[in-house]
Parts: sequence; C-alpha cells; structure tokens
Amino acid sequence: MNYLYMFYNWIKQAIFAIPGRVIALFFFIALFCAPLITKSEYFLGIIVLSTIFALFAVSWDLLSGFTGQLNLGHALFFGVSAYAAGLLNIHLHYSPWITIPLGALVAVAVGLVVGVPALRLRGFYLGLVTLTFPLILLGIFFAFPMQTGGELGISGIDRLASSRIAEYYIVAVIFTVSVLLIWKLTDTKNKVIRLGILLHAIREDEITARASGINTTLQKFIAFALSAFFAGIAGGLYAHYMRIATPAALELFFSFQAILWTIFGGITTIYGPVVGVFILYPLLELLSGVPWGEQLRYIIFGVVLIATLMIMPEGLAVWVLDKIEIECPRCKLINAFTRKKCRACRAPLRIKKRTTV
Amino acid sequence: MLSKIIVQGLVSGGIYAVLAVGFSLIFGVGKILNMAHTAFYMVSAYIIFYATSMLGLPLPASLTLAIILTTVLGIACYILFFNRVKHHDTTVMIISVALAIIFQEVLLLVFGGHYRGVPPFARGFIEIWQLRVSYQHLIAIVTSGVILIGLWIMLKKTGLGTAIRSVAEDREIANLMGMNVDRILLIVMAISVALAGLAGGVIAPIYMLSPLMWQQPMAIMLAAVVLGGLGSIGGCVLGAFILGFIETIVIFLVPGGAFLQGAVSMSVMVLVLLFRPEGLFGVVFEEERL
Repeated sequence: MNYLYMFYNWIKQAIFAIPGRVIALFFFIALFCAPLITKSEYFLGIIVLSTIFALFAVSWDLLSGFTGQLNLGHALFFGVSAYAAGLLNIHLHYSPWITIPLGALVAVAVGLVVGVPALRLRGFYLGLVTLTFPLILLGIFFAFPMQTGGELGISGIDRLASSRIAEYYIVAVIFTVSVLLIWKLTDTKNKVIRLGILLHAIREDEITARASGINTTLQKFIAFALSAFFAGIAGGLYAHYMRIATPAALELFFSFQAILWTIFGGITTIYGPVVGVFILYPLLELLSGVPWGEQLRYIIFGVVLIATLMIMPEGLAVWVLDKIEIECPRCKLINAFTRKKCRACRAPLRIKKRTTV
Repeated sequence: MLSKIIVQGLVSGGIYAVLAVGFSLIFGVGKILNMAHTAFYMVSAYIIFYATSMLGLPLPASLTLAIILTTVLGIACYILFFNRVKHHDTTVMIISVALAIIFQEVLLLVFGGHYRGVPPFARGFIEIWQLRVSYQHLIAIVTSGVILIGLWIMLKKTGLGTAIRSVAEDREIANLMGMNVDRILLIVMAISVALAGLAGGVIAPIYMLSPLMWQQPMAIMLAAVVLGGLGSIGGCVLGAFILGFIETIVIFLVPGGAFLQGAVSMSVMVLVLLFRPEGLFGVVFEEERL
C-alpha cells in the first residue's frame, strides 16, 4: 500500500504536474488503445506507418537537432537497413526478429562511414555531402538491377507477424521503447548518462567543448551510430510491414520529409518530430481519400507547412508548450500555465511589470 | 565521340555554372539556402513551353516573358516568405523545399506528368575545327559564357557589385557604411532567380521538360557549389564545369552510365572534400578551423 502511494505521488509529480507530459501520456494511451476502437485496417495502417516514420524523424532530430551535424541524406540509413533486411530475408530466409537488428547494424556501419567526413566538415558543407550519399547508392542500385531489383525494388519480404493486430502492437511497442530510450539518452539533466549535455555542448561550440576536455570525435561518432541505429530499426520495420523495399526509401524527397516533419514539430526536442509526423503524415494520407485530394494533397501539404512555419518559426509543439507550460524563474521547475506560484518553491511565476511613476 | 563529349560537357557545365552561381550568390549574401532554386529554373522552362506551344509567341519574346515572370515570382517568394523568417536558417530551408514541392505539384496539375519538348531556337549546325556543333548547343554555350563574364564584371567593377560583396563579407559593417542591406538582399535574390530563369530558358529546347526535372540538377548544383567552395564564385564555376564534364564522360563511355552519372560526380565531390574540406577555392576562417 505504501509503495502504491509512493507510485501515485511520483506519477503526480512527474507527469500530472507538467502539461506536456500529460499530453504525451494520453498520446501513448491512445496509441495502444486504437485497435480497441477501430478495426479498420486503413486507419491502423496509417498509424503504423506514422509510428515508423516518427522513429525515423526522431533519429534525425537526435543527430541534426541535438548534435548539430546537419544531415540532409538521412534516408540513407533507413534505405540501407530496409534493403539489408529485405535481402537477408529473401535470400537467407532469416526471420524478421533477426533481419531487423542486422539491418540496423548495417545502418550503424554505414553511419560510421558517413561519420568520417563529419569530422572534417561542418554546417551546410556536411549537409550537402551527406545529401549525396543516398543518391550515390541509388545510382549504384539502378546500375545493378539483378541484385537490387532496380527501380522495382525487392518485393515478397516476410510479414512482421501473422496478424495485423500483432504487427500493430510490435511496431507500437518498439516505437515507444525507442523514443523513451532516446528521450532518456538525450536528457540534459540526467546525472548518469551525460550524452545529452555533451551533444548540446558540441552543437553550441565545438572548439570550446573540445577545450573543456570532451572527446568530440567519439561523441560525434556515438551520435551518428545511435541515429543510424534507430533509423535502421525504422527502415527494417518498414520493409517487413510493407513487405517491399523500394528506391523511394533512398530518394532525396524522403530525406527531406524527415526534416520537414521535425522542423514542423520543433527541432531539438524529441516530441517535436513525433508531433510533426502524427499531424502531417495522416493529413497527407487522408487527403488522398477526398475528391480532388489526390491531385491537390502535396499543394495543401506545402501550404500548411509554410503557414505553420510563418506563424511559429520554432515549430508547432514548441509553440504550444510555450503557451501551456511556464518555467519557474527561481528553481527552473516546469509548471502548468494555470498556476500563479511555483509548485515547489512558491515563487511567483509571472512578475508584474512595475509602472514607473 | 570526343567532339560530342566536349560540346555536351560545355553545355551541361555552363548550365550548372549559371545555376550554381545564382544559388551561391543568395547563399553567400543572405545566408538563404534556397532549395527551390532549380524549381525556378523549371518554372521558367515551363513558361517558355506554354508561351511557344499554347500561345504561339516567338521564342525571343517567350524567353523574355519567362525570365520576367520567374523573377517576379522569386521576388514575391522572398518578400512573402524568406524575408520574414530569415533569422531561422533551417526554417528558411524547409520553406524553400515546401515551395519547390508546391511548384512541382502545380506544374503537374496544369501540364500533366508526361514529358514535353520545346522547338529549338535555331536548326542546323556549324563546324568549328571539325567539331560539329548544333546552333542550339552553341547558343547555350555562348549564353552561359556571356552571363558568367557579365556577372563577374558586375561583381568586381560596379558600385552595386562592391556593395553586394561587402554585404556578403560583413552585413553589419556594410549597414554601418550606409548600404541598404535589405534592398541589396532583394536585388541579389532577383539576380539569382533571373539567372535560374535564364538557365531554364536556355535548356528548354535541349532537354525534355517534366515536373520532376528540378531534382537532378539541384543535387549536381549543390555538389558543384560545395566542390568549388561556398562563397567563391570562381570556384563554383570551376566545380560546375568539372562535374558537367565528368557527367558527360560517364554517360558516353561507361555502360549503364545514365544511372551512374550522378553517383560518379558526387563521389568525386566527396573525395575532393575529404582532402580539402573547404572546397577547391573556399575560404577558411580562423574560427572555423578545427
């Protein structure tokens, strides 16, 4: 009973006192209850693809948002893993439980190779170099259609599980665990895992970080490997869910989509990309169902994107959180916008401006 | 074979150079990474297609119309979108990507997805030192050469050019010296888009038009800019010609080269950058050195 009370207290302080986390909790509850509400394969399919793409976008945010290593070719990791998982499954008949981790490891290896230029290049240079890698690979794939399927890609990959509901829960659980893991890893206030604060330091000023004794080379490689790993898991899940690995997973536009989703939601937050994907991807899919939607959907997509960014240049999720959360000026604790005094130190949250006489 | 490679290399190198210079100008002066740059080039090519095929205008008139309309479109995009969020670099980039997608989809909606062709400016060919050059290719080569030289003179010799270079070097000091930075940015954006429009007009009779035609030149153009060194106009031009020739050689000499053309030229760029991270002619600032 005592433990139950402590648990209740912990929940109350860690989740219910912070509006952003309440929203996140409801989001995860909704994610896991969705199959109980609707049985429509169409809607569940949209949610599954959204979760896969959200993991992909979050991994981009980990690398480019947190570490500042602008990667404009993030589809490389996704595509390589999807192709690796597909080829392993088709030729060696490994089950998805082996091909997805192996695909992710291949993506990590690729990520380390891509990380080498990152040691010497910065900013837009790095962005433009990383942009070319998936295009180079795409050219090679098209030049050897016998092994890679050329423009059609690889089809006939095994399903993730026998039933659609099982697939849904596998993807949802992997997504939840991965995102919470990334969130913990990049938490700047964490005293044990200091990765988050190191990555922030590298982004803000690499030379100062190095002068302070941070092994920036190692940390950048870790960021590349982690990001490639999670993007690779997303790629493997995608290959086994769609049962196909196509060159579309390597295209320029797919790399840009990760960036579009992340910037739309808010960069350098983990929740931002998730919000971005879960709004923009279903919007795009649902638009194709309405009359004229098929033709106009990318125009509407672009207009929504531009309009949102004109009003909220920092991203939707950041803008909303700014409205509903308020940081205590004294103890830096996050409070709900309804409070007038800090929940811990009772300091007034909004200081009235004194009118000068 | 050799003559074909030389002519085709000069044509694609010249077009990439005009595109890369325009892109590099607005990036260097305004820190605006305009991913829609080649989309403007596509819009211009389609305007020429519409003017010649649907309205029946003569080519010089439609070329002028295309450049004017594209420039107006570019200035409108700058004033409406880029100018308002220019303090957020990545947001500017995303908005330009979104604009490129919108242009692509609008063109797809209006003209459909199939390939379109524009009749050539001039038929026939001329022989120079036993090189057989069609008039169309000659026009493309000469136009890009004249434009690049004209732009270089404008940047080095005129007052406006000095103002543009000083804003690129240090915006705040230029402002203190009495230059209207906002107006110069607007002028540079107009020049940049006009260059893209002109490149589109020149290639329209040579290549096929499709709503996806902006993607491939964009990757090569970015590669050329990085290869030459960001912020160096001469470097951009050299990078563009190097990549144009590599691409042409791969197409003509390697089997299956049409698929590998982009891959090979980008691999060259990556290799160069591994040994010279700032590009061929890039400037290394003390604070950026690691």
